[in-house]
Amino acid sequence: MAKVDSLQGSMDLLVLKILSRRPGLHGYAIMSAIQVISGEVLRVEEGSLYPALHRMEEAGWIRAEWVTKETGRRARLYELTAAGKKQLGAEESRWQAVTLAVNRVLREA
Amino acid sequence: MSLGSRLVNVLRGARLNREIDEELEAHLVEAIAEGRDPVEARKALGSALRHRERSRDVRLVSWLESLRADTVYGWRQLKNNKVASAAAILSLALAMGASTSAFRLMDGLLLRPLPVAEPERIHVVAFEGAGADGKLMTYDSSSYPMFLQMRSAVKEQAELIAVSYEDRVDLTYGSDQEMEKEYLQYVSGWMFSSFGLHPALGRLLSESDDLKPGANPYAVISYDYWTRRFGQDPEVIGRSFRVGDTGYQIVGVVEKGFTGTETGTLTSMFVPTMMKNPRTLASSNHFWMRTFVQLKPGVQVAPVQEKLRAVFRGIQEERAKTFVGMPKQRLEQFFSEKLIVEPAAAGRSNLQRDYKRALTILGAVVALVLLMACANVANLMTAQAAARAREMALRVSIGAGRWRLVQLILVESAMRAFLAGIAGGLFAWWAAPFVVSKINPPDDPAQLLLPADWRILGFGLALALLVTLLFGLAPALRASAVKPVSALKGGEDPHSRRRLIHALIAAQVTFCFLVLFVAGLFVATFDRLSHQPTGFSADRVLNLETVTVVAQPPAYWGQVAEQLRSVPGVESVAIVGWPLMSGESWVNFISIHGAPANEVFSDFLSVSPGWIETMKIPLVDGRDFRREETYPPAAIVNQAFANQFFDGADPVGKTIETVDGASLTRVGFQIVGFVQDARSRDNMRLPIRPTVYVPFRAIDASGALQSKNRGTFVVRTSTANPLALASLLRQEVPRVRPEFRVNRIRAQVEINLAHALRERLLATLALFFAIVALLLAGVGLYGVLHYSVLQRRREIGIRMAVGAQAGSVVRLVSVEVFTMVLLGAVAGLALGMVSVRYIEALFFQVQATDLTMLAFPSLSILGVALLAALRPVMHAVRIDPASMLRAE
Repeated sequence: MAKVDSLQGSMDLLVLKILSRRPGLHGYAIMSAIQVISGEVLRVEEGSLYPALHRMEEAGWIRAEWVTKETGRRARLYELTAAGKKQLGAEESRWQAVTLAVNRVLREA
Repeated sequence: MSLGSRLVNVLRGARLNREIDEELEAHLVEAIAEGRDPVEARKALGSALRHRERSRDVRLVSWLESLRADTVYGWRQLKNNKVASAAAILSLALAMGASTSAFRLMDGLLLRPLPVAEPERIHVVAFEGAGADGKLMTYDSSSYPMFLQMRSAVKEQAELIAVSYEDRVDLTYGSDQEMEKEYLQYVSGWMFSSFGLHPALGRLLSESDDLKPGANPYAVISYDYWTRRFGQDPEVIGRSFRVGDTGYQIVGVVEKGFTGTETGTLTSMFVPTMMKNPRTLASSNHFWMRTFVQLKPGVQVAPVQEKLRAVFRGIQEERAKTFVGMPKQRLEQFFSEKLIVEPAAAGRSNLQRDYKRALTILGAVVALVLLMACANVANLMTAQAAARAREMALRVSIGAGRWRLVQLILVESAMRAFLAGIAGGLFAWWAAPFVVSKINPPDDPAQLLLPADWRILGFGLALALLVTLLFGLAPALRASAVKPVSALKGGEDPHSRRRLIHALIAAQVTFCFLVLFVAGLFVATFDRLSHQPTGFSADRVLNLETVTVVAQPPAYWGQVAEQLRSVPGVESVAIVGWPLMSGESWVNFISIHGAPANEVFSDFLSVSPGWIETMKIPLVDGRDFRREETYPPAAIVNQAFANQFFDGADPVGKTIETVDGASLTRVGFQIVGFVQDARSRDNMRLPIRPTVYVPFRAIDASGALQSKNRGTFVVRTSTANPLALASLLRQEVPRVRPEFRVNRIRAQVEINLAHALRERLLATLALFFAIVALLLAGVGLYGVLHYSVLQRRREIGIRMAVGAQAGSVVRLVSVEVFTMVLLGAVAGLALGMVSVRYIEALFFQVQATDLTMLAFPSLSILGVALLAALRPVMHAVRIDPASMLRAE
């Protein structure tokens, strides 16, 4: 069902990480944060952000809440759940293992 | 997307779409606020629609997908445990089917509103007062003059509608020899318009049809009768028929579905109240109809009831002036009667009155059986869950949420419940009409409409859901609380699971005890009631209820009796006013030596010479009537009469007096015979009343012989089955005198049995459910013991290896379960004692505290428990320690 895109492998990890540092961001803010922190290197494809958020919400890693802002407009703010924290740990160690392995290949090949 | 998910999207999608749109919109606003080009930002986000589809798919499909997987998995689970699943589903099906049947009956009789406009506005006038035996009782009959007074008093607030009691009449479209039996009701002409009913054909009755006595001999027939008798022939309008000596013309057919207001009988024809016999119409002592009250919109019951009460008090005072020789106590009772206005949205009938409580109890018994079946399935699932603890633990450790596990178990439970619900529905399809067919005697069955519509379907669905939660929730929550680490190690605390199972066993035994206890009481009641001595012999006796269009002199009645005596197979023939215990009665007060009458009613019955011998009622003293003796003054009295009025002394030769109701004159009698008690009234629960038998030959005040237009020939046959002679005797009656026609033939045995029909039905059904309950309890106990032995076989093996005796092993596996059985039985006993107070009215000569009544459920449960324990305990004792230890 889900199509593979450039960030598919690490999108979950990045979103979870951002949310673990700064709970209560809306979709646009999550996207901006990833771009700013990565020094504009990583660009989130706006089209795949929301399906990813909803998928993670469904999996119980993050939860969302509607909040009305001063402008009167409603925003959907996301934060990490306990399961999400665990997932983040798992994803991080997986990422470390993968990058380690890739580095080793680059070094020793 | 699958069809199923599309369906759910329709249900859940709208809100979801709105939320996704709003979130994307918020995203664009942020982008534009940062100074990005709106068009570019929108493009970068992509088509909103595409997003929506993808996001929504994520959120819905995963749920649907899991549901589908659970269903497939659940089905596999059911198939893997074929025997256990079949047993669980069958017991559930039986219990659910019985519950649905009980609901169908209650709905059909008590709940389903009449098919009229705004049934909730319809009420009925009833009267509450002390009955003949001093107990509070309610009746709902009115006289017509009373109805008219009440109607005019509340004209502003409500419309009053007179509806006669259902009358099963003989009618003919041709000659007297082609009589048909149909239900006919006299109704106020304005009933149809008040109820908002429309004609299917022709016209309905109106107020103008119901103004002058005898003026409008028109009938409206029911749609059902039109279909059944005429095949919906439109030519039926204008056809005429005759009831007795009154001719009627059919003017219309009422719309489909309306079959009168007397739930439990289907009225075929409606005629105006004004067609009732004018004497009855004018009489304020003739109570032959119900008064329905249709409140005007917005009117409350209380003020209408208040107004009607005032009218009723006035009527009572007027009536009291005409009473002569009424004992003081009676008079007080008479004035203490109170008018009440009761809701009658579901119609009003004696069947409702007689069966309301019985049906409610039956419903309660069925609910208990259902709970037992649920407990069994819950136990089975809990035991299975033990075997699946590792699977659950694995699911949790690879990331399944708790909720997913709850869903998994609930889906399995729901599959069981719905499979059982379908089987139960089929059972109810057959069972409810079957029970209805047993309510009344076979020649006049109750006619209860039991449509299987959305009400029944809704009940079935709600029941299936309830049942799912009842037996599925506890195992589901337990499964979701599994601790992966301990479960995977195989060392989960087994006691917590056993505690649940044991609690369920105790509850089951409690319910089982209750069901057995109540069943025992009903069976004993039926037994005592059907073995009540009647004082006469009903064997081989046939009653030929006979009518004549024009009253016939006693000599002609005698000729017919003589003719019947000559028929081969007939032992003796006599004439009586009506069959014994047929429900008809004629009562009066007795005065001795001119003293005022006391408050005891005496039964009167007119009989021919030879009747006492035909019924085999033993003569104590004096003699039978002679052929030339008349009423008055000859009389034969019974033992109860002698006890009441002569302190048990032989009353032969004494004189007594009554006050004749019609002429208000005193009538004197000379007692010529004294017989033992024989039951003439139909209520078997009450003692036999003082009875005065008088000659069938009656004279009026001037001494002239009176002609009679009805009577019953009592025939004692010499063949074992008297009904074999029925058709022959029926033809024989008009042979001598063609004016005579047999209206109804009933065996006396059948009449006697009819008075215990309700008790027989209750006893049969209660016994059936008692057996089901015992079976369920037995299966439940067996399952639990079996499981507990399996679970502890390692422990038992070790114990035996270190020298435990068989006795201590038996104790080990059974002591807990039997403690629960005992606990459950005690709880059941306590509950039984409390609840029995609500159903005492249905018992007869039965005490809930009787030792035998308590012994029956206790011993049956103990027996079943022992039987259920036998195999698992044997299994435990036979465990071979060596092989058990080796296996581990």
